[in-house]
Amino acid sequence: MNLTLKVWRQNGPEAKGHMDTHALEGVSPDMSFLEMMDMLNDQIIRAGGEPIAFDHDCREGICGMCSMFINGEAHGPGRGVTTCQLHMRSFKDGDTIAIEPWRAKAFPVIKDLTVDRSAFDRIIQAGGYISVNTSGKTMDANAIPIPKQDADEAFSSATCIGCGACVASCKNASAMLFVSAKVSQFALLPQGQPERETRVQRMVDQMDKEGFGNCTNTGACAVECPKGIDLSNIARMNRDFMSASVKSKK
Amino acid sequence: MSNSGILRSSLAKKYVMALSGLFLCLFLLGHLVGNLQLFIPGEEGQQAFNEYAHFMTTFPLVKLLSYLTYAAVLFHVVDGIALTLQNRKARPTGYVKEKGSANASWSSRNMGILGTIILVFLVSHMQNFWYMMHFGPIDFDSDGLKDLHAVVMRFFGPENGLAGLAVAGYVLAQFALGFHLIHGFQSAFQSLGLRHSKYSPLIERAGLLFGIVVPALFASIPVYLFYIQL
Amino acid sequence: MLDSKIPEGPLADKWTKYKDHIQLVNPANKRSIDVIVVGTGLAGSSAAASLAEMGYNVKALCFQDSPRRAHSIAAQGGINAAKNYQNDGDSVHRLFYDTVKGGDYRSREANVHRLAEVSTNIIDQCVAQGVPFAREYGGLLDNRSFGGVLVSRTFYAKGQTGQQLLLGAYSALSRQISKGKVDMLTRHEMMDVVMLDGKCRGIIARNLVTGELERHAAHAVVLATGGYGNVFFLSTNAMGSNVSAAWKAHKKGAHMANPCFTQIHPTCIPVSGEHQSKLTLMSESLRNDGRIWVPAKKEDAEAIRKGTKTALEIAEADRDYYLERRYPAFGNLVPRDVASRAAKERCDAGFGVNKTGEAVFLDFASAFKRYGKTEASIRGLSQPSTEEIVTLGKEVVKAKYGNLFDMYKQIAADDPYETPMKIYPAVHYTMGGLWVDYNLMTSVSGLYATGESNFSDHGANRLGASALMQGLADGYFVLPYTIGDYLANDIRTGAISSDSAEFEAAEKAVQERIDHLINNNGSKPVDDFHRRLGRIMWNECGMSRNEAGLKKAIADIRALREEFWKDVRVPGNATSYNPELDKAGRVADFLEQGELMCMDALAREESCGGHFREEHQTPEGEALRDDENFAFVSAWEFAGDPSESKLIKEDLVFENIELKQRSYK
Repeated sequence: MNLTLKVWRQNGPEAKGHMDTHALEGVSPDMSFLEMMDMLNDQIIRAGGEPIAFDHDCREGICGMCSMFINGEAHGPGRGVTTCQLHMRSFKDGDTIAIEPWRAKAFPVIKDLTVDRSAFDRIIQAGGYISVNTSGKTMDANAIPIPKQDADEAFSSATCIGCGACVASCKNASAMLFVSAKVSQFALLPQGQPERETRVQRMVDQMDKEGFGNCTNTGACAVECPKGIDLSNIARMNRDFMSASVKSKK
Repeated sequence: MSNSGILRSSLAKKYVMALSGLFLCLFLLGHLVGNLQLFIPGEEGQQAFNEYAHFMTTFPLVKLLSYLTYAAVLFHVVDGIALTLQNRKARPTGYVKEKGSANASWSSRNMGILGTIILVFLVSHMQNFWYMMHFGPIDFDSDGLKDLHAVVMRFFGPENGLAGLAVAGYVLAQFALGFHLIHGFQSAFQSLGLRHSKYSPLIERAGLLFGIVVPALFASIPVYLFYIQL
Repeated sequence: MLDSKIPEGPLADKWTKYKDHIQLVNPANKRSIDVIVVGTGLAGSSAAASLAEMGYNVKALCFQDSPRRAHSIAAQGGINAAKNYQNDGDSVHRLFYDTVKGGDYRSREANVHRLAEVSTNIIDQCVAQGVPFAREYGGLLDNRSFGGVLVSRTFYAKGQTGQQLLLGAYSALSRQISKGKVDMLTRHEMMDVVMLDGKCRGIIARNLVTGELERHAAHAVVLATGGYGNVFFLSTNAMGSNVSAAWKAHKKGAHMANPCFTQIHPTCIPVSGEHQSKLTLMSESLRNDGRIWVPAKKEDAEAIRKGTKTALEIAEADRDYYLERRYPAFGNLVPRDVASRAAKERCDAGFGVNKTGEAVFLDFASAFKRYGKTEASIRGLSQPSTEEIVTLGKEVVKAKYGNLFDMYKQIAADDPYETPMKIYPAVHYTMGGLWVDYNLMTSVSGLYATGESNFSDHGANRLGASALMQGLADGYFVLPYTIGDYLANDIRTGAISSDSAEFEAAEKAVQERIDHLINNNGSKPVDDFHRRLGRIMWNECGMSRNEAGLKKAIADIRALREEFWKDVRVPGNATSYNPELDKAGRVADFLEQGELMCMDALAREESCGGHFREEHQTPEGEALRDDENFAFVSAWEFAGDPSESKLIKEDLVFENIELKQRSYK
């Protein structure tokens, strides 16, 4: 396959970016999208240029590091896949492919296609945990039976990989899907109940502070989410936040 | 806890949008039922409509409701603008290529524009009728009530040279309203956290029905009035 | 010479007694003691969180953009624990025994027993943290079985167990970060350890975004930096996984133990072409239900390779379920090393089933039928058709392994519900690593190694679902106690200054190496060298090794290393974000470490676990161990150049387990 690649180049957070055009020949349909990027970078380096910086690590769709906005969609045209799992067989010979970084105020560009997603970490730090010490001496793991349905649902919420495709896809750059997935995971488990109210309030607060946009229920996030996190998580968070705010003493 | 307070949070803004939106849906329903009386022909229709208009502007409880409606509109608009501005700020540099149609419905992505069209319509609509009813030069009918019916008929009749344009404008506004409702109705439930795997599909269908039927009936009124006076 | 510091006393009491007598640091003193944890995978996150909770000042580093992305996240199958919830005869002793046997008797009894003891706490801890393990309908935890054992002791969360456990540890870490007890430095890479008066007292780190070098002083340093499987270029490791931190420690005096013990995982998606950048694992749990086979007739295999026949056209009688044939007792659930070698044997004999001839089938057809029948019976269908049964069976399999099947389909563009998967072994895990004593301290005072980065628990072969167990055991329940024994002597030391000459010198050396790489102006990109190194390692130091090949590999690696330093091209500069530079540093270390691996493989004149020397096999082609001469840990001491490294032996003493030829027949 021969491709024309239009790639966003930006030297640093404050620098002005632009789209750069590269021609790439001999791409195999069996390549993953990132292997195609490797090939492009190899070509650039051998020609004496500076390769395109992009985040990636596990290349099997679970670490959440890869993050490309491909032809107008987060992680490209595939559904339920991250960029690293997208294969070139999804494209045609002669295609022009636009590649951009996630764009959000809360995700400043570090370089080219690499963005800073530490806002997500700060949201988790604000309350995305169960306060239990790591003594290993809590109670037996089977002491509290949890209905399979609840456990499975909590698991589904917990599969979020924190890639930020939800933010990238949302026309408002809202982080509601990410935040609500973590809120939901714990809201569905008995272990999460003691901090259920403070958790949702703290996490939403932090989310607002980070400068993400508001949810307008377009549902784009759930469509583009590589792990299929669904909108019921957002509804649950809306519900929990309301009840927490009404009940809280301050 | 915390510095949030329910009112300052982004989620609270969504609750305001949802609650005011749902209240306005109720208003639409009431308004529609009243307006449908314009389909009643002749003297009888004129009487019924004027009595209805009189009732709506004088009965205390209705008055209260109307103030609530003004408030809902105000909240909905102001909150909507605030949200939109915040959302703009959340993405200072836009995408060069963005394929929104791939993952979200057109109406959900254009609520702001749709809302603006509706707002513009609302202002002109209020000026055309509400203002006339309250402050305008208006005749009285045989029962001594303000003859709003005549105002309406005149507005969409041959006496108004721009009646055709007015009808077109009204129909267009109802299209905007329709799309606004199709997304907004079910979105309001989502924002309030009312989602359930069994019931949410019903809510969505109800929203779709509401978003088609209500604006269609609204739109049919000026078309009908224009047509019968041709 | 090497003191493993294994406590006296009966095996089962060692850990408890030792813990009871370990020195403690009083809470007020902990506040004035600094600990650096490098790496935030299961071992690192759990250690950082636990140490901070105990009161130490912790600094944690990861090269990724968030601690949550460490490669532990990619572990699929599960985590072992001797809970015996299934009442199938499991116990701490049995887990201990299975692990030592599975490791082909090349691990320390005391360490493994401790691991088995704390395994049960891990599950309790994780459930308390909100880790959503799979459950049965009654609401209790579910288990499945893994290779090399006869009980069901593996806890899991679909095919994403590592992810769920890491997110659990990450949440514990996040809690401490929010309290200000952990200073989390993301996109930071450790460049060297710094020694003061014979003790490790800090590190030089590089901020990967700005390129700045930073000095971090501490009373102790914990490496939790994972394995070095990426020395093979193609492996199931993440692209960034590297040996550099461990290698730097090695060069400063930490011995590298058993570096040749590499786990080649039997069920990975085969290589599709030259462009391949990494390999993807298909969880071992699939071997619970999938049957592995190749055609029994060579002409069928050839036809499949040419594409004139498909798997479905091979009659049942013409299929060779070679694991079931060779190992009737364990069948498809033999340990990984055995399964991998058996696949290689069939493919080398000409029975491989993809274009490259390096693939075997993993077939779920009989699982579809088996589960389908049960499901049909549960649903009360009378006389269901075969088709109905298969459809129902597919649903059950989907519920169990859906995400793995989807992943396979995505990568291989082939539907595993319809045709058998194709799999082939790939480098997955390294049992070798930094030598540590019972306290997890390396041969350098104050420098610790945990998780995959140390060598301690898995001997010559790791059993499935044991890596997660070890990572969390080390981080939550072992290191936080044992480190106290060392730090108790540091309560009067006061803060360590990073202004010393030692820090200065270490930083300067790091800077010089970076400058050299940046200014080298060679002609080939880093990956070029990495791929070539990988090929050497895979061919000569992979699934089977021999003397001639290893000697050739050592010579080839030396030549490649020389060429690298002359001809590598690192674009950009050292003062901004430059992933190529990061990669160059890591590959430079792999080029040294690969040589040591080959030397170790050459020195170990026996076959054991993942280390198979062609010269040492039984007439049936099974690994032939030599307990008489090789029941030891090879600890290598660095002496200026990999080729000069000195072998130090730690004899393994087995008091509780009788050494036997491993048999899974």
